[in-house]
Amino acid sequence: MFEDTIAAISTAIGESGIALIRMSGSRSEEILQAAFSPHSPTQAIQKKESHRLLLGWIIDANGVKLDEVLVSLMRAPHSYTGETVAEINCHGGYQATTACLNRCLELGARLALPGEFTQRAFLNGRLDITQAEALMEIIHAKSQKGLSIAVEQLHGRLRIKLEEIEDLFTQLQGMILASMDFPDDVGDLDESEARTIIHRIQQEFDRLVRISDQTDIYRNGVQLVICGKPNVGKSSLLNYLLNQEKAIVTNIPGTTRDVIEDFIHIQGIPVKIMDTAGIRETDETVEKIGVQKTFDAISQADVRIFLVDAESGITEEDRQIAQILQGKPNVLLFVNKMDTSHPQITESDLYGPFAEFQHLFGSVRSGIGIEALESAIVQFVQQEQLMQDDLEIITNVRQKQLLKKCCAQIREIENLLNDASLDCLAVEVDTALLYLGQLSGRDLAEETLDRIFRDFCIGK
Amino acid sequence: MFYTAGTYDVIVVGGGHAGCEAALAAARMGCKTLLLTLNITDVALMPCNPSIGGPAKAQLVREIDALGGEMAKNIDKTNIQMRMINTGKGPAVQSLRAQADKQEYQNEMRRTLFTQENLDVAMAEAETILLENQKIQGVTTKTGAVYSSRALVLTTGTFLKGRIIIGDLAYPGGPGNQFPSLHLSDSLVDLGLTIGRFKTGTPPRIDRKTVDFSKMIEQKGDPEPLTFSFISPKPQREQLSCWLTHSNPQTHRIVLDNLDRAPLFTGVIQGKGPRYCPSFEDKVVRFSHKNEHQLFVEPEGRETDEMYVQGLNTSLPEDVQLQVLRSIAGLEHVRMIRTGYAIEYDYVLPYQLKRSLETRAIPGLFTAGQINGTSGYEEAAAQGLIAGINAAQYALGREPFILKRSEAYIGVLIDDLVSKNLDEPYRLLTSRAEYRLLLRQDNADLRLTEKGRALGLVDDERWNFYQAKKERLEDCRQQLKTTFAFPSDPTIDALLKEKNSSPLHERISLWNLLQRPEINLEDYQNHNLFACEDEQVVEQLQIQSKYEGYIHKQEEQVRHFEKMENRMLPTDLDYDAILGLANEARQRLKEVRPESIGQAFRLAGVNPADIQVLLIELEKRRRKKS
Ligand SMILES: Cc1cc2nc3c(=O)[nH]c(=O)nc-3n(C[C@H](O)[C@H](O)[C@H](O)COP(=O)(O)OP(=O)(O)OC[C@H]3O[C@@H](n4cnc5c(N)ncnc54)[C@H](O)[C@@H]3O)c2cc1C
Ligand SMILES: Nc1nc2c(ncn2[C@@H]2O[C@H](COP(=O)(O)OP(=O)(O)OP(=O)(O)O)[C@@H](O)[C@H]2O)c(=O)[nH]1
Ligand SMILES: [Mg+2]
Repeated sequence: MFEDTIAAISTAIGESGIALIRMSGSRSEEILQAAFSPHSPTQAIQKKESHRLLLGWIIDANGVKLDEVLVSLMRAPHSYTGETVAEINCHGGYQATTACLNRCLELGARLALPGEFTQRAFLNGRLDITQAEALMEIIHAKSQKGLSIAVEQLHGRLRIKLEEIEDLFTQLQGMILASMDFPDDVGDLDESEARTIIHRIQQEFDRLVRISDQTDIYRNGVQLVICGKPNVGKSSLLNYLLNQEKAIVTNIPGTTRDVIEDFIHIQGIPVKIMDTAGIRETDETVEKIGVQKTFDAISQADVRIFLVDAESGITEEDRQIAQILQGKPNVLLFVNKMDTSHPQITESDLYGPFAEFQHLFGSVRSGIGIEALESAIVQFVQQEQLMQDDLEIITNVRQKQLLKKCCAQIREIENLLNDASLDCLAVEVDTALLYLGQLSGRDLAEETLDRIFRDFCIGK
Repeated sequence: MFYTAGTYDVIVVGGGHAGCEAALAAARMGCKTLLLTLNITDVALMPCNPSIGGPAKAQLVREIDALGGEMAKNIDKTNIQMRMINTGKGPAVQSLRAQADKQEYQNEMRRTLFTQENLDVAMAEAETILLENQKIQGVTTKTGAVYSSRALVLTTGTFLKGRIIIGDLAYPGGPGNQFPSLHLSDSLVDLGLTIGRFKTGTPPRIDRKTVDFSKMIEQKGDPEPLTFSFISPKPQREQLSCWLTHSNPQTHRIVLDNLDRAPLFTGVIQGKGPRYCPSFEDKVVRFSHKNEHQLFVEPEGRETDEMYVQGLNTSLPEDVQLQVLRSIAGLEHVRMIRTGYAIEYDYVLPYQLKRSLETRAIPGLFTAGQINGTSGYEEAAAQGLIAGINAAQYALGREPFILKRSEAYIGVLIDDLVSKNLDEPYRLLTSRAEYRLLLRQDNADLRLTEKGRALGLVDDERWNFYQAKKERLEDCRQQLKTTFAFPSDPTIDALLKEKNSSPLHERISLWNLLQRPEINLEDYQNHNLFACEDEQVVEQLQIQSKYEGYIHKQEEQVRHFEKMENRMLPTDLDYDAILGLANEARQRLKEVRPESIGQAFRLAGVNPADIQVLLIELEKRRRKKS
């Protein structure tokens, strides 16, 4: 634990401003090299060079830019910890900063424990003993607090989920170990049963990852697109939600030509909202480009609001749009202008391609049905019905890292089930149990042993 | 009246599996050694099952052998059956198991003890441990002898305040109707050691002549039996079979009808028993949905009609035991020779020991075997060997000999013992060894022979054998790595076709080609691509090549592990004075006094933050010193 490379965000994360990620250890340089793409050759990390500020981007494994950053490398021993230290100044908010941190972890760094940078500084002779005494108190205080938070986080539905996974895992490892240690009583491993358990574990993990992605929504926001034929009231809805006359509203079909974006919060969730050009067949160049942009926005968005007009009734154009939206997730059909004297749309008109969409009736002009619309949006976003305390735990970077490692490990185990011998398989399951144990803070190796004696009748 | 009876470097109390190894090791290392035991005819007694080896235990036996111990050679000479079990589950868990001729095993061991140079054997009950300046001075016997020694090894097994329980009957006794040892544990308490109480049990023995084997399934030994010792000659003896039968609902009804007379359920038995060998009554109650339990009927030797009923460990009253037996297929007319019983005994809580098996409280006092809360012949023998070695090292003024978890199952066993809170008798399992792909039974000699040689336990015969094997292994490995198979080579083509293996696209070393699951060294030999007569070498090459990836992975883990292991914690560390430790961690650290940062990390209740604090403390001390 004292030879590896550690990383952490070392400034408080704000909504905006600059955040600092710090890395310390022998692999810092290698990791930074892999994560960093310089603006220009002059900004590249040079061998032997130290303490120079370089401009560029942090890129992911596919070379996609995560954030524009300033980085610097402080070579050992001339750094705060006495080891090679890399610092990354991100400018994005939470999302960009955690993305950059995650990239470092992905490349092999480990998330630092509280006080660990200072500890290394001391162990490498960069601090004196009085400073170290103070440090011990800090570590103590922080870890006690960390512990109690970790424990508090572990309740609710997520705790139950984790326990279910633990249970499946110990059952699996129990089967393997029992077959190894008590062959007379237990016989060979039942591979099809093992496979069933592995699949169930995978399902549960996938769900957890899904939940954890969804909690990201609270940090990163969702993208919501408003679409429909011209003149149904799309721009009016945008303005209503923004509470501001952002988009031009006229009764001329084809008013909006471009995608108009802005940010709002719906029940605490940040939402990037996009008003689009009305979709219709057109030969006009500008409008044509606008419609194409609308299609792009529709495919990118997390939630799609599909407006139809009660004044005009369902038209052929609506039917075409419905077909485009068919099969896409999270479509909400909003029947607008129900305030008109003779609305042309009722429940019975919403058949055919419209039948699969969840729908609401209302009026933007008179503010009817908008609250229901907002609730429906939130529901789309959180299909897993998260509780408040579930949110904390999986937004925690450390736990997410472990969750991902577990997932990768179980995939590995599934691949090995046919090929590897039992002794090797057991070693892989051990590794998965270790990650899982770190996630939930429990010693699963001991629990597995208990499990063997509970599940199998063993004895002389 | 007390009299002075002799002076030794090392005294070993107890002639069980632990005691025999301890005494032999100390004597072989050149120490003047005395073995004291209650009954000279009962040395190396197997009070329970007549078998040695099996998962994790076979690894221990081979490690004992590599270090120059006796158990492997002894069972090789005296077995009545050999079987490799767990074949097909991988080399790390594959393990050899022998059925023993119990009497012969004891006779052979007794002969070895008596012919050992530097070793005296005496029949006596040790009663009081003598100290001088808080260090071992010697021991007194019931009959008044005072023996002096520098080091003392206690290996008294299940004898300390032993209490036998059969149904409603309970009386003081040792295993196999021997006398218990009533005073020695009081002497330990007087020395300030903490004592606990465990229980274990054994099934009834039956008369071979009254068993109907036609109703049972025969289990033969391997057609080509192997040996435990790396240097034993190929076995030539005739093998005996074991027999499989099952209990049935009627058997279970008899047990359930008599639970009011079962001491386990009436509270007569207080000591904690092992989960991995529950009594038969326990199994019937806990697994009530099972209509049958398997039972193995095993011969206890060639010269006896006694047979052991594996699976029927019980402390039910004698009359109920008989009814239970006679309800089983093949045993309808059986006669019982020995009644099954449970035994309760005192043990020393092993966290009071160092990894050398020396007690922390009394320099020169070592304990090994079941007295440390373990169960099993092999576990006892392994500890006996280590305690004997370290008693000798102590007497000779040398550094203790310690095996790490990454080096041997013996290391895992002892590290677990001194670090864990035992709540049942400890048995070694392959699942307890995290580096099990490295700690295989097949490579115990490669791991440990050199260490044994350095200690003076490996004689020239073993040493020469080992060196020759190692050289051959290295040569063959180089040969395989530097000989290449080419895509167009007709020999290779023929071989691949024959094994249904895909054709080559580029040249590949024979070593790498061996990593294909369907290709074996035998195939090379058949096609004259490779030649090696040494079976041990062939096995080694095969495993090393096929498991290369996994082995590298575990070696990497071990490198990481050893860094923590090599940061030693000073013995005089005042944990109360260290700021920043969590209370639970402080408590455990004070109790166990781990020897290294690595061991500290394995203690329940010690968290990464506590380890950080310890590291800082170490650095502080280092700086204050310099
Ligand atoms: C009923 C029973 C059932 C068991 N079942 C199993 C099982 O199923 N599987 C398994 O693996 N293990 C089992 N064991 C345990 C196994 O037998 C022991 O773990 C192993 O034999 C212990 O070896 P040891 O050398 O520590 O002690 P022992 O073999 O018990 O030897 C103790 C020695 O100490 C001597 N001694 C004791 N006190 C004194 C004294 N004061 N002075 C001088 N000498 C003394 C005795 O004479 C004896 O020679 C069982 C044991 C018993 C008794
Ligand atoms: N009666 C009624 N009229 C509405 C309502 N919502 C919007 N309108 C009117 O419908 C007309 C079109 O509104 P817009 O918001 O510009 O429609 P749009 O969908 O953005 O149109 P394009 O940008 O041309 O595609 C305007 O005259 C609005 O005042 C409503 O709820 N009821
Ligand atoms: Mg518009």
